[in-house]
Amino acid sequence: MKNLIDIMQLSTDELQQLIDRALDIIANPAKYADSCHGKKLATLFFEPSTRTRLSFEAAMYELGGNVIGFSSANSSSAAKGESVADTVRTVGCYADIIAMRHPKEGAPLVATRTAGVPVINAGDGGHNHPTQTLADLLTIYREKGTFENLTVGLCGDLKFGRTVHSLISAMSRYKGLKVVLISPEELRVPQYIISDVLEPNNIPYVEVTSLEDAMPELDILYMTRVQRERFFNEADYMRLKDSYILTPDKLRTAKQSLSILHPLPRVNEISVTVDDDPRACYFKQVLNGKYMRMALILKLLEVNV
Amino acid sequence: MIIGQIKDGIVLDHITAGRSMEIYNILGLDKLDCTVAMIQNADSEKMGKKDIIKVGQVIDLDFAVLGYIDPGITVNIIENGKLVKREHLTLPERVVDIIHCNNPRCITSTEQELRHEFRLVDREKKRYRCIYCESEAPLHLK
Repeated sequence: MKNLIDIMQLSTDELQQLIDRALDIIANPAKYADSCHGKKLATLFFEPSTRTRLSFEAAMYELGGNVIGFSSANSSSAAKGESVADTVRTVGCYADIIAMRHPKEGAPLVATRTAGVPVINAGDGGHNHPTQTLADLLTIYREKGTFENLTVGLCGDLKFGRTVHSLISAMSRYKGLKVVLISPEELRVPQYIISDVLEPNNIPYVEVTSLEDAMPELDILYMTRVQRERFFNEADYMRLKDSYILTPDKLRTAKQSLSILHPLPRVNEISVTVDDDPRACYFKQVLNGKYMRMALILKLLEVNV
Repeated sequence: MIIGQIKDGIVLDHITAGRSMEIYNILGLDKLDCTVAMIQNADSEKMGKKDIIKVGQVIDLDFAVLGYIDPGITVNIIENGKLVKREHLTLPERVVDIIHCNNPRCITSTEQELRHEFRLVDREKKRYRCIYCESEAPLHLK
């Protein structure tokens, strides 16, 4: 593997290797503290991001490497009309690896053709965000110890939520998965997720509108934000944004072993009063994201530790 | 109606009835100065009705384009009055610059030099997806 553009590029074996590596980093951080000495990560963020960019940068610093880059298209040559291909070809002369976020879907794939160094997709529009899925998967693995025989509820914006689509695809390869899709009618998961992922893999799924009804059977609850930036119509956003708000009251019927995930940032879909519940895992997810990015950087740079 | 045999050229057989004019236009056959015959609604045991195009010289054909437009077509290459090659077209695995991605969020919408490339994801339902954004291909041609 030379690049990571789509989570499905990773086989389950490769995924397990990354998870094992991340677990080793967590257990032995000092062992990795200088593993990328002399290496440079370029973070090319053509649209704003807080956690993903900082997570990549923190990951590289904790591996002993350095970071260069920009955090908006306005501060890059893209503002002068430079193509993605030319930008990454230039950056590939300076850096050993690139993490790229771009509002246009497919831009990181274009980048792989000319970069000359590994490219990691750090989010391309509403399309893919594979390192978020790596964070989700490590969180599930650390909480449950397995990916098998889990009932996973996905709640909120299942139509535009790229992390939902990637997580379903990645989890579809494990035995015993059941999927509960909880959303308003207007934000149901796209048909191709059902026809191309769930049905061919014989994964039992239900589409429901009530979070409360679904709650008792869930092992994982993956909450999502209704994203204002994905709507062309403000009225639709206002009507749907408060569809699901997770509160301690709604968790009364949930399993004690439930794990609550959220890719963050949240707006109001998880009440802050849930944060102290031991089942809340969304800030652990942030930390896990950094560890998985460290593991991924090591793999793509072919650094042996 | 009798259309004579050709000595050197190409016969596109088993065209879906009614599509020969579209194929004629896409292949730019109007620009050739050789004989071109188009037969519409010919009787066919296999298809009931079919169209046929005969071209009086051997020309380079983009089989991917033809296969995408009408995957049932048979291409017969004739040299010295003899059939030298018969190609049964199927849907191509990839089509490049035949259809355009119409997703406004796709990178191809802003980077004009990029080729529009689609991969086949479902042969039975003739579904293609853009290799960049994975949007399903529109049904109309470029």
